[in-house]
Amino acid sequence: MDFKGSDTVPGPRTEDQLPHTAEAAVKIVIVGGFGVGKTTMVGSVSEIRPLTTEETMTQAGIGVDDNFGSDTKTATTVAMDFGRISITEQLVLYLFGTPGQERFWFLWNGLFDGALGAVVLIDTRRLEVSFDVMGRLEERGVPFVVAVNTFPDAPRYPVDELRTALDLPEEIPIIECDVRRRASSRDVLMTLLQFLHALAMAKAPA
Amino acid sequence: MTPPKRQRRRPKEKPAPPPPQTGKQKNPERLFVVAGPDGGERDGDLDLVTLIVARADPPPSPTPEQSALLRLCTAPLSVAELSAYLNLPFSMMTVLLTDMLTAGLVTARNPIVRQTVADRSILEAVMHGLQRL
Repeated sequence: MDFKGSDTVPGPRTEDQLPHTAEAAVKIVIVGGFGVGKTTMVGSVSEIRPLTTEETMTQAGIGVDDNFGSDTKTATTVAMDFGRISITEQLVLYLFGTPGQERFWFLWNGLFDGALGAVVLIDTRRLEVSFDVMGRLEERGVPFVVAVNTFPDAPRYPVDELRTALDLPEEIPIIECDVRRRASSRDVLMTLLQFLHALAMAKAPA
Repeated sequence: MTPPKRQRRRPKEKPAPPPPQTGKQKNPERLFVVAGPDGGERDGDLDLVTLIVARADPPPSPTPEQSALLRLCTAPLSVAELSAYLNLPFSMMTVLLTDMLTAGLVTARNPIVRQTVADRSILEAVMHGLQRL
């Protein structure tokens, strides 16, 4: 490839370009604690190598992000990984993985606005990490399903027990998955879509 | 061991609703909302998944950021992807893009937003797409 000067930025590979017919996009958010497998899940189903968009925490983080008594105001950068699946020649689905910890909630505003729904990815070793996330989604009225990433050394609970611990109503699906596997991650997304579809049907029956 | 216990929450009282959107978005039957036929009329309300396309005629004197961006979106590209490739935070991208939309250098293809519940036909399209994965 020719050298085109210092202002050249890398772009999508030819095979990663969307067709000109792409008209609109929808998004789904995958939310969970640190290391729970969000990026792995995005990567396993994405048609492009997952990309990262960064956001700088500014005023929005004040009062949320505790600086532990330090007066020095530092700009914190938060990365968000995302991937893409072409649905039709016209429609594109984007998947965003976002951290669930309270200090990252400032990211949520633009993210959940208009999102089809969310997948809450949980690790049974650290179940409580997801409590606040689910609460926030409930408050915002964002429909979600719960996916349990089955780590080999994580305790396995029966779904009923998880449902009780997570205080989730019967209709919210809870499924086990192995996010490293494309088919498994796809099944999680499919479960979310079926759940959303059922909600849409209940709202406006055919 | 008994796992920790959570308590479910209810949707909060909604804050003041956003200002009403113009024309197109009110029609619930429309599958794809293709916005902004001409620059200058956009409200600059960009989403992470708004698709950006460069306009056919390049500007006479683009800034370096603008030329980089125009090169990237000869084919449609989401704001999130532009942000990733250009290494600019999303908030900065929206500023840059709003200016370019106003100047008519790029057009925006608006995302489909979930209303109270998602459009069933869109959900069905996504399901079919996932089945092929």
